[in-house]
Amino acid sequence: MSDTRPSEADRPGQERRPDMGALAIAAGLAIISVVIAWNTATMGGVASYSRVGPTAFPYAIAAVLFVLAIWTAVEAWRGDFPEREADNIPPILWIVGGLAAQMLLLKVAGFSIATGLLFALTARGFGRGPLWKTVPIGIVISLAIWFIFSRGLQLSLPAGPLENLL
Amino acid sequence: MDTFLLLGQGFLVAFELQNLLYALIGVTLGTAVGVLPGIGPALTVALLLPVTYKLDPAGSLIMFAGIYYGGMYGGSTTSILLNTPGESASIVTALEGNKMARKGRGGPALATSAIGSFVAGLIATMGLALIAPTIVRFALSFGPAEYFALMVLAFMTVSAAFGDSTLRGLTALFIGLTLGLVGIDLQTGQARLAFGIPDLLDGIEVTTLAVAMFAVGETLSVAASKRSADEKIEPVKGSVWMSREDWSRSWKPWLRGTAIGFPIGAMPAGGAEIGTFLSYSVEKQLARKPEEFGNGAIEGVAGPEAANNASAAGTLVPLLTLGLPTTATAAIMLAGFQQFGLQPGPLLFANNPQLVWGLIASLLVANLMLLVLNLPLIGLWVRLLSIPKPWLYAGILVFATLGTVGANPSSFELGMLLAFGLLGYLLRRFGYPIAPVVVGLILGPLAEQQLRRALAISQGDPTVLVHSPIAIVLLLLAAAAVIVPLILRARGKGKVLAQLAADED
Repeated sequence: MSDTRPSEADRPGQERRPDMGALAIAAGLAIISVVIAWNTATMGGVASYSRVGPTAFPYAIAAVLFVLAIWTAVEAWRGDFPEREADNIPPILWIVGGLAAQMLLLKVAGFSIATGLLFALTARGFGRGPLWKTVPIGIVISLAIWFIFSRGLQLSLPAGPLENLL
Repeated sequence: MDTFLLLGQGFLVAFELQNLLYALIGVTLGTAVGVLPGIGPALTVALLLPVTYKLDPAGSLIMFAGIYYGGMYGGSTTSILLNTPGESASIVTALEGNKMARKGRGGPALATSAIGSFVAGLIATMGLALIAPTIVRFALSFGPAEYFALMVLAFMTVSAAFGDSTLRGLTALFIGLTLGLVGIDLQTGQARLAFGIPDLLDGIEVTTLAVAMFAVGETLSVAASKRSADEKIEPVKGSVWMSREDWSRSWKPWLRGTAIGFPIGAMPAGGAEIGTFLSYSVEKQLARKPEEFGNGAIEGVAGPEAANNASAAGTLVPLLTLGLPTTATAAIMLAGFQQFGLQPGPLLFANNPQLVWGLIASLLVANLMLLVLNLPLIGLWVRLLSIPKPWLYAGILVFATLGTVGANPSSFELGMLLAFGLLGYLLRRFGYPIAPVVVGLILGPLAEQQLRRALAISQGDPTVLVHSPIAIVLLLLAAAAVIVPLILRARGKGKVLAQLAADED
């Protein structure tokens, strides 16, 4: 919690506009609430032997989430959410791209190549490159990690062409 | 005294060569990871949980205890040498500690923090050993209704009582509870919110969620932040040893900090690091040279650091005796128990005393190891601090995904890591707390189980929940935990509460 963030009290009388991002969160919460209720209502099947079966808790959570969605919408409308910095999208895309690449390549190319890409793309997100240097560095580091953890600690990390060489 | 006998047996377990080795590895890894900027105790234990997968339960929990204490030590080193406010529970330490470091007194600051942590850890762990059997006896009389009330209380204090918004705290909690619904219902075998995806039937892994929220979410928000924080590492100049004056100014704050921190951590309501703030203001009141506060007063490091460690040991009281996690770190530790099918609580003390007391004894051993390890190796930890950001965060993500893949080598698990990471980033951006999500995920299913058990016994009569005085008191406290802060905030006194919130990442 930083104390530098301006709170509402510091700026009395200033007009606050509806916070679109927070309104989107309110909508998201409402959707989740409806999905839970719908999923619970249609899950059918099992006859419950006790009066409080597997549906009671989900319904309760769905109901509270709906109330929270309305509450969030009200606060968003009044602009009560703390202020945010402007989004800085490119680094996020690099890192999300790295995670996605690792996820997709994990089974095909093995742990080291997939994780090496994640390493390089994350470093790129923080402004460190070039990729032709960082990708090999990442792969070597990941291969070392693979060796320690899968041989030493017997974690089952997917092996690919590189791992099979060892 | 039965307790000492049990603790003695615990030491026999802890002193086995193999367990000593596990403890040593645990504290070393814990300190090394905890020292890295941006990694607090919660993420440290989440990242290192996979390392313990293949060990036997006792060894694994002992290593885990070492990681926990090591992570706490590492965090305070970061706060003193690198002023990163909002980094972790040791935010108060940064106030005076970083000032001391800037004046070239980083050595004594680290020393008082390390020795204070040791003293606090020692006393608080002994406190844990002494108090636990009593609570266990008491808790054995609890029925499902009392447990449910206790969990409701924990939910409310973790989410609504502190922080800057009741709404956002509760929302975070209910997101966690929703995630807790996913998977096969424990009692009927009914699949809920699984949408026909087999990977979801087992539910959502606490470690996946915690690592995603803390590691991926944190990395994304640091990367997206345009403000490049002015982070300057203060070199440790001169001797790390404390002068006679430092000692005489430190020992009372250590004891006072412990006395403040332990009870707060031990209460089922001890979700926030109130202890460090209380200790800081107490030391400021009592100091012989109050003018030094704000310019590097050693009391301001010694007290809060002791309080911090004492309350960390304190949170183990509800965790071990009641199975109730009150912080994100405790929630992940609970997950650590669950991977061996162990459920902390009074029955664990009864059925598995060797394990529990071995764990408690290992905490004492780990504490001593940390003291020995920390002061001589400080130069090494400082070097870890200076890893440039791109490599640091790239490394954090590599280890975060390593843990996830190691636990479950599937692309789906990594997909969840990514999705929850984005969720964590969004929550951070909009000022939502993270800990309630993690606590909600792990405690939600347990609370539901107790609720349904209570209602099954009463054949559906909901008044069973308020039949015992204990349950009534707990539920009233839970209601107060929501309502009182709402009133305080409406009256414009919310700032104090916001400051009391622990930003546990």
